[in-house]
Amino acid sequence: MTRVGIRALVVLLLLSCAAPRGADEPRAALPASAPGELRAPTVFAVAFPDRAERSRALFLEAARVFLHPRCKNCHPDGDSPFQGDAPRLHDPPVLRGPEDKGIVGMECASCHQDRNLELARVPGAPTWHLAPRGMAWVGKTPHEICEQIKDPKRNGGRTLAKIVEHNAHDALVGWGWAPGAGRAPAPGSQAVFGSIVQAWVDSGAECPPEEARR
Amino acid sequence: MTIKLRVNGVERVLDVDAEMPLLWVLRDVLDLTGTKYGCGQALCGACTVHLDGQVVRSCVTPVRRAEGRAVTTIEGLSADGKHPLQRAWSDLGVPQCGYCQAGQIMTAAALLAAKPRPSDDEIDHSLAGNLCRCGTYPRIRAAVRKAAGIADE
Repeated sequence: MTRVGIRALVVLLLLSCAAPRGADEPRAALPASAPGELRAPTVFAVAFPDRAERSRALFLEAARVFLHPRCKNCHPDGDSPFQGDAPRLHDPPVLRGPEDKGIVGMECASCHQDRNLELARVPGAPTWHLAPRGMAWVGKTPHEICEQIKDPKRNGGRTLAKIVEHNAHDALVGWGWAPGAGRAPAPGSQAVFGSIVQAWVDSGAECPPEEARR
Repeated sequence: MTIKLRVNGVERVLDVDAEMPLLWVLRDVLDLTGTKYGCGQALCGACTVHLDGQVVRSCVTPVRRAEGRAVTTIEGLSADGKHPLQRAWSDLGVPQCGYCQAGQIMTAAALLAAKPRPSDDEIDHSLAGNLCRCGTYPRIRAAVRKAAGIADE
């Protein structure tokens, strides 16, 4: 390469470092996530210096939990929950009922106890019940889930702080990481998940765009 | 562990393992054998009893959950076996082998207590967790309708 060519290359490199990054320009890549793991909020702080971008990326990471079968199976868009990893309708056939706790004769608590039953393989946790229809995740994009989670009309009147608390400490949410009987747990842990949701709130609780991956 | 509960109106103080399924407390400790063991996984409904009026599958219900509460079994549904459902069951000859009928009747009793005149859909939905290997479902539904005083079409 000629001396002029080298100079031109150096100038181009300097310009590329100094110039503001374009929206479609690749940024520091997120490290790949190991199967079954969640990436910690600190990883997102490095990969996404922009606060709003970081917030959207954090929600997508949290959505890996929201859309995991252990979680979304009981956030159905209809009257019946799902079960299994390739979701199929709950068997025996059950209905959500007026309070999302089943119908007379077929209440959730008719069978589900406050903890897993390993021998009978019946999953259980305190207050076993369905999420209200307004909090359905089945068939929703991360964007749609994000918008409804932030909407007090649909999230049970919760503030963002309450949403963090619910996700980080609720025992029924926590069942997703200890489902028992050979069921695949949600990725990561409830502690890391809670820290991701907290970081999402702290970074402005931005929602990912509609076209973001499911 | 000492567990206090009321079974069919009688106060009981039992020295049993807190995790023992209520079904085995009823059948093996209290000799109330009307409640049946079917699948042991809350999938068939043969073991259905009431806990404070709510349907539970006793095969998966640890007895600790019944502490201080009222359990009703088929033996306690009526003093003389003449609950409207029991009479309808008899009048219509519902059972074939009869193994599931205690569970069927207990679930139907909870349904009628909550909805005295249920629709056919409500009957079917509430009893969907009670299986009958003999396939007597049409007679079961007819008996629930009869007990509810609903005339046949």
